Amino acid sequence: MSGILLFIVLAPLIGFVINGVFGKWTKPYAGIIASLALATSFILGLFPIMSVLNGNIVEHIYYTWLPFKEVAVPMGLRVDALSAVMLFVVTFVSTMIHIYSIGYMHGDPGYSRFFAYLNLFVTAMLILILGNSYVLMFVGWEGVGLASYLLIGFWYEKDTASDAGEKAFVVNRIGDAGFLIGVMFIIYYFGSATYADVFPRAEEVLSPAVATIIGLALFLGAMGKSAQFPLYIWLTDAMEGPTPVSSLIHAATMVTAGVYMVARSNAIFSLAPIAQEVVASVGAFTAFYAATMALTHKDIKRILAYSTLSQLGYMFIGVGIGAYWTGIFHLMTHAFFKGLLFLGAGAVMHSMRGLLSIDLMGGLKKHMPQTAILMVIASLAISGIPPFAGFFSKDAILAHALEFGHPIIWVVGEITAFMTAFYMFRFVFTVFYGEEKVPNLYHELHTHEAPSVMTLPMWALGILSIVGGFVGLHYGGSIPFEHLVTQIAPNTEIPNEAHYSEALLIGVSVTMGLLGILTAWLIYIKKILTAEGVARTFRPVYTLLANTYYVDEFVACCIVKPFWWVSRNLLWKIVDVEIIDKGGVDGAGWLASRIGFLLRYVQTGFVNHYAYWVSLGAIVLSGWYIVKII
Amino acid sequence: MNQLHFPILSLITFIPLVGAFFIALVNEKNENLIKWFTFIILVIDFIVSLPLFFYFDPSTYHMQFVERIPWIKSLGFEYHVGIDGISLFLVLLTTFLTPLAQLSTWSAVDKKIKLFNIVILVMQTGMLGVFISIDAFLFYVFWEVQLIPMYLMIGIWGGPNRVFATMKFFLYTFAGSVLMLIALMALYFLNYHFTGTYTMDMVKLMEIPLPAHIQLWLFLAFFIAFAIKVPMWPFHTWLPWAHVEAPTAGSVILAGILLKMGTYGFLRFNLPMFPDMTHAFALLVIILSIIGIFYGAFVAMVQPDIKKLVAYSSVSHLGYSMLGMFALTQVGVEGSILQMLNHGISTGALFLIVGIVYERRHTRLISEYGGLASLVPVFAAFFMIFTLSSIAVPGTNGFVGEFMILLGAFLDKPIYGIIVAFGGLFSAVYMLTMYKRVVFLKVTNPKNLELKDMNKREWAYMLPLLLFVFWIGLYPNTFLSRMRVSVEHLLQQTNRSVKVIDKTQEAQLINTIVVKKG
Repeated sequence: MSGILLFIVLAPLIGFVINGVFGKWTKPYAGIIASLALATSFILGLFPIMSVLNGNIVEHIYYTWLPFKEVAVPMGLRVDALSAVMLFVVTFVSTMIHIYSIGYMHGDPGYSRFFAYLNLFVTAMLILILGNSYVLMFVGWEGVGLASYLLIGFWYEKDTASDAGEKAFVVNRIGDAGFLIGVMFIIYYFGSATYADVFPRAEEVLSPAVATIIGLALFLGAMGKSAQFPLYIWLTDAMEGPTPVSSLIHAATMVTAGVYMVARSNAIFSLAPIAQEVVASVGAFTAFYAATMALTHKDIKRILAYSTLSQLGYMFIGVGIGAYWTGIFHLMTHAFFKGLLFLGAGAVMHSMRGLLSIDLMGGLKKHMPQTAILMVIASLAISGIPPFAGFFSKDAILAHALEFGHPIIWVVGEITAFMTAFYMFRFVFTVFYGEEKVPNLYHELHTHEAPSVMTLPMWALGILSIVGGFVGLHYGGSIPFEHLVTQIAPNTEIPNEAHYSEALLIGVSVTMGLLGILTAWLIYIKKILTAEGVARTFRPVYTLLANTYYVDEFVACCIVKPFWWVSRNLLWKIVDVEIIDKGGVDGAGWLASRIGFLLRYVQTGFVNHYAYWVSLGAIVLSGWYIVKII
Repeated sequence: MNQLHFPILSLITFIPLVGAFFIALVNEKNENLIKWFTFIILVIDFIVSLPLFFYFDPSTYHMQFVERIPWIKSLGFEYHVGIDGISLFLVLLTTFLTPLAQLSTWSAVDKKIKLFNIVILVMQTGMLGVFISIDAFLFYVFWEVQLIPMYLMIGIWGGPNRVFATMKFFLYTFAGSVLMLIALMALYFLNYHFTGTYTMDMVKLMEIPLPAHIQLWLFLAFFIAFAIKVPMWPFHTWLPWAHVEAPTAGSVILAGILLKMGTYGFLRFNLPMFPDMTHAFALLVIILSIIGIFYGAFVAMVQPDIKKLVAYSSVSHLGYSMLGMFALTQVGVEGSILQMLNHGISTGALFLIVGIVYERRHTRLISEYGGLASLVPVFAAFFMIFTLSSIAVPGTNGFVGEFMILLGAFLDKPIYGIIVAFGGLFSAVYMLTMYKRVVFLKVTNPKNLELKDMNKREWAYMLPLLLFVFWIGLYPNTFLSRMRVSVEHLLQQTNRSVKVIDKTQEAQLINTIVVKKG
C-alpha cells in the first residue's frame, strides 16, 4: 500500500516533469499525458479509499524530511475518512477537468505548459490533503498557491492576468503567515506537527486560550486560501485564468482547502468556542456579502466567482458551528455542481470566442442544448432544490446551525439561499433563454455546441450533481456520509441541542430556493418587473453593488499606494539614501577628511613652526605644573 | 585531528594561488587558454574539496583535518587550520560557487582577462583561508587579504561609478576590520593574563572567562566589524553600491561568499567568546535583524534596477540569518547556517540570471525589459525557479532555511516568530513584481526581440545551482546532520556561566590591557 500511496502523489508530478521539461516535443499529446497521469492517481486512490471504508487508517512514513533537534517532521502520507473524501473529490474532478481541457485549450500556444501547471497543481493539492502533518499540509498549501499563481497568469502577456496572479499569491501569503504561526504554536506545545501526535493529546495539552489562538491563526490561513472576507479580493480577479482553471482551482478544489483544514483541526477548534464562533460568523457574513455582489454582475465568470465565495461561506458555517461533516459534505457537492457551472461557462465562452457579458447572450439553448440542460441541473443543485445534490448538503448545514444554537446564522443562510437561487437563474434565463440580444452575433461567431471531449466530463459532473447528495440521506437511522466523516471529525458537543421539525426546516429551505427562481423568472422571462426598473428604484444600492462595494478601489488607494509611496519616497530616498548613506556613512568619511584637512595646517614641514608648537607645549605644561604645585 | 593524514585544507586553499602564479606566466593574448586553465584549476579545487564532505566526522565538535605548524614562535602565532560543522559547508560553498562564477565571465569580461582571472584565483585563496583558519591572527590576515582582490574587481571591471563604490566598500569594511584587530590584540593579551601563554588559537581564546565589562567592549568591536560585513541594518549601504557596480562574477562572489564571512565571524567570535554579552545584546541584534528583514524588503520593492533589488533582498535574507543565530536555539542556529548556504545559492543564481540578460542588453533597468517569457522561455523558467527559491516556496531550499529560523525565533520568544512570519508576504511582493515586469507582460522594447536564449555554457553554470535548490529543499538532512554536534557545542559555550571576578582582579585586568596595548 505504501507504494500505491506514494504513486498517487507522484503520478501527476511525473506528468508535470514530462510536460514541463519536454513540452516542446510532447505538445500534441500533452493533454493526454496529463489526463492519464491523473486517471492513474484516481484509480490508485480507490485502493486506500476502499481500505478506509472498511474502517482503517492508511498511513506511511517515507523518510524524515526535517530532522530538527526540537521537532522532526516526517515525509509521510495518510488517508483517513476525511482525506479519503477529499482524495476522491480531487482526483475525480481533476481528471474530468483535465479531459475537458484537452478540448478547451486546443490550439493554445502554451498547450503543454498549461497541462504541466495543471499537473503541478494536483500534485500540490494531493500533498495538502494526504500529508500526515501540518508542515506537509503547508507545503501543499503554498504549492497550490504557486500553481494557482502560474495558472491565473497563464496568459502572461495580458497585464490583467499577470497582475491577478501576483495579487492571488500575495494576498494568500497574508493567510500563509497565519497558518505558519499556527503551526509554530502547535510545535511549541506538542513538540510535533504530526496529526497522530497532536490530535489525541489536544485536550490535555491545550488550554482554551491557547486553542483559541491556534484556531484563529490557522483560520487566518483558511481565510486567505478559501477567500473569506476580507481576504477574498484575489478570487474574482483570479477569473483572468483559463476557465478550466477557474473550475478546478478556484471553485472545486483549492479554495476549499481552508474548509478541509478547519475540519482537520477539529480537535483544536472544538476546544475553542470563540474561534468557532469567528469561523461561523465570517462564513455567514461572506456567504451573504458575496451573494449580494453576484446579484448585479454581468460577467458570467465573475458571477460564478462571487457565488463560489458565498458557497464557501456556507461551508465555513458548517465547520464553524462544529458540525464538521456538513461542511465537508457541502464541499463535495459544491465541487460537482460549481465545477460543472464553470465548465458550462467555459463551453459558452468557447463558442462565443471569449465573450463574457450576459448582455450579449440570450437564447443560447437553441445552439447549445446539452450545455443548457447541464447548467439548469447545476443551478437547481446550487439553489437547493431536491433531489439535487446541493439541497442535501446546504440543508444539513442550515439545520445544524439552528440545532446547535445559531438562529441568526440560520436566518442569514436562508436569505442567502434565496439570493443564490435568484442570481443563478438570472444567469440561466438571460444566457440560455429569451431572445438573442445582438442580432446575427451567433451566426458570425459560429456558435455551436462544445465537442464531446468537453461535454462528456460535464455530464459526469452533471450526474453527480444530481445523485451526489444521496449519501446524505437517512438509511436505517444513520446518515452514511455523517457516519464516515465523524469518525475523524466528530461534531462538537453542544450542551443544549435544540430539535426542530425536519419537515419544517426543509420546507423553509425549499421555499427560499423556489422563491428565488420564481423572482428571476418574473423579471427575466415574464418581464413583469424590468431589471433596469429595479436598478433605477434602488439606485444607490445598485451602484454600490455593481461596484462591489468599492473594496478594490479602497485597497488600491488606501493600502497599496501609500505603502509603495512610503517605501519609495520615505524609506528609500530619504531614510536609506539621505540619512543612513549620505548622512551617516559619507558623513563619517567627510568628517574624517575635514579633520585631516585641519590637521594639515599643523603639519607644515617648516622646522620653525614645529619649534613654536614645542615651546607652546612646554609653556602650557610647565604652567599646569606650577598651578598644581601652588 | 586529521583523519586524512594529509594537508588537504592547505591544498584546497593554495591550489588557486599556485594556479594564479602559472597564469601570470601565460601570454595575455592567449585568452582561451587563460579561461580554460582558470576554470580547470577551480574545478580541480572543488573536486579536491569533496573528501572534506565524505570524510567529515559528524559526531564530534572538535576541529577536523587539522594542520598545525608554528609560524611566529616568539609571539605564539601558528599556521593552524581546520574545520568543524560550522565552517565545512562554507568551504564547500566557496569551492562550488567560484568555478560557476568564473564560467559566467567568459564572454562578459572583455578587458584585462588575464588579470581578472588572477584576481579570482587570489580571492579564492583568501576566502578559503578565512573559513579554515583556527589561528585568529591567520584569520585576520586572510580577512584583509581577500579585500584587495574584491577591491580590484569592482575598481577595474565595474560600472561607471566603480571608483566611488569600491572606495566605499573598502574603507567601510576596513574601518570594521581595524576595530577587530584591536579586539584581537586585547584577546591575545587577556589570554596571556589568564593562562600565561601567548596564543591566537581560537579554540583556546573561547575558553577565557572574561568579565562582563571587558566582554562588552570586545563584543562591540567584533560586532561592528561583522555587522558591516553581513551587512546588518543600518550598516548596509555599501552593499547596493558595490553590487550595482561590480561585474556579475563579483556580485556572485560578494553575495554568495564574502557576506558569509560576517555571519561566520559572529559564530566564531561573538557567540562562543562573549557569552554574557551575546545574551545581553541578543534583543538588540534581533531587533536590528527584524528591521533588516522588513526594511530590506520594502526598499527592494521600489528599486528600478534589478541588481539593486537583489542587493536589498540580501539585506532582508541575511536579516533572517542573524535572527536565527541570535535566537540561540538549536534549530535557529542551524537554520542560520543553512540560510547562509541558501543565500549563496539563490542569490548567487539570481545575480547570474541578471548577468545573462545584462550581457545581451547592457542594462539592468527593470523598465527596459518585459515579455521575456515568450522570447527566452528557458531563461524564464530558470529565473522562476530561483525566484521561488528566494521567496521560500516549500520544496526549495529557501523554505527549509526560513522555516527553521522562524521556528528557532519562535521557540526563543513567540513574538519574534509571529512578526517575522509576515516577512514572506513582502518578499513575495518584491520578487514577483520584478519577475512580472521583466518576464511577463507584452514585449514593449523592440531591442529585446533579438534576445537569444541561454547557451550551453550558461546551462552549465545554472544547472548545478538548480540541483542544490531541490536537494536542500527535499532532503536537508545531508547538511543538517553534519552541523548538529558543532552547533550543540557552540550553544553550550554560549550558555555557559562565566566565573565572577572580584574588583581587584578587574582592576588588574584593565591594567593588563591598557599597559600591554600601549
